[in-house]
Amino acid sequence: MADCNETLRELETFLDSELPDETRAAIQAHLGDCVDCLQAFDFYAELRVVISEKCRNEEIPPGLIARIELCFNEDFDGDSKIG
Amino acid sequence: MAERADFAAQAMQFAPQLYSTALRMTRNASDAEDLVQETYLRGYRGYANFEDGTNLRAWLFRILTNTYINSYRSRQRRPQETELNDVEDLYLYKQISGLDIASRSAEDTLFDLFTDDEVKSALENLPESFRMPVLLADVQGFSYKEIAEMLDIPAGTVMSRLHRGRKAMHKALIEFATERGLLNG
Repeated sequence: MADCNETLRELETFLDSELPDETRAAIQAHLGDCVDCLQAFDFYAELRVVISEKCRNEEIPPGLIARIELCFNEDFDGDSKIG
Repeated sequence: MAERADFAAQAMQFAPQLYSTALRMTRNASDAEDLVQETYLRGYRGYANFEDGTNLRAWLFRILTNTYINSYRSRQRRPQETELNDVEDLYLYKQISGLDIASRSAEDTLFDLFTDDEVKSALENLPESFRMPVLLADVQGFSYKEIAEMLDIPAGTVMSRLHRGRKAMHKALIEFATERGLLNG
């Protein structure tokens, strides 16, 4: 099992789901036992959701989809076929 | 081989997330629209090179990223790669834990602590080499390997830029909270 320092050092990589299985399991075992580390991990996991949700909620401008689809109907390679 | 006729049917579903990402990259609605349109045009023209069964979303984001880097970056007058302010590990967590809980109402959550505009600004103000990995990993959920391919840098570099970029972003968020009097700077 990992200790607090090892666990906190791997926090980002853990939340990125990029740890090897063995390390991930060691971290998970520690989190099962250590409320302080678990709180820090939960905080950053929640923060990531907040950042993601607030940065990707843009309304697509009206007309953009139509303009894109219009491009698909042009014969831009000059072979007399659409596309 | 991927058929062009399938492209519209398969690819248009990603337009909203490509647009949001383009907006965070260009920081300008009209450039973001142009960037997304050009991404689809390039995708459509190059669709024969797309391997069926691989990830179309990652393929489109790679085109978006390359188009931005090649066509838009040079137009943006912005100081390049200034040194990022470094902060200690767990900086944001320690700062937020220091909030006067009594002054917060019961329904206050992390989601309500920062406004949408503050979070967007904190991300958009990162120097580009840090902004791109953070945007692709934390907003769009791509892996180190996918981001490394999109940005043409080693996965280890993706990891270190994420680490430094996130810390700088967290520092900016704390500054916003301090300005609003939520924290004692």
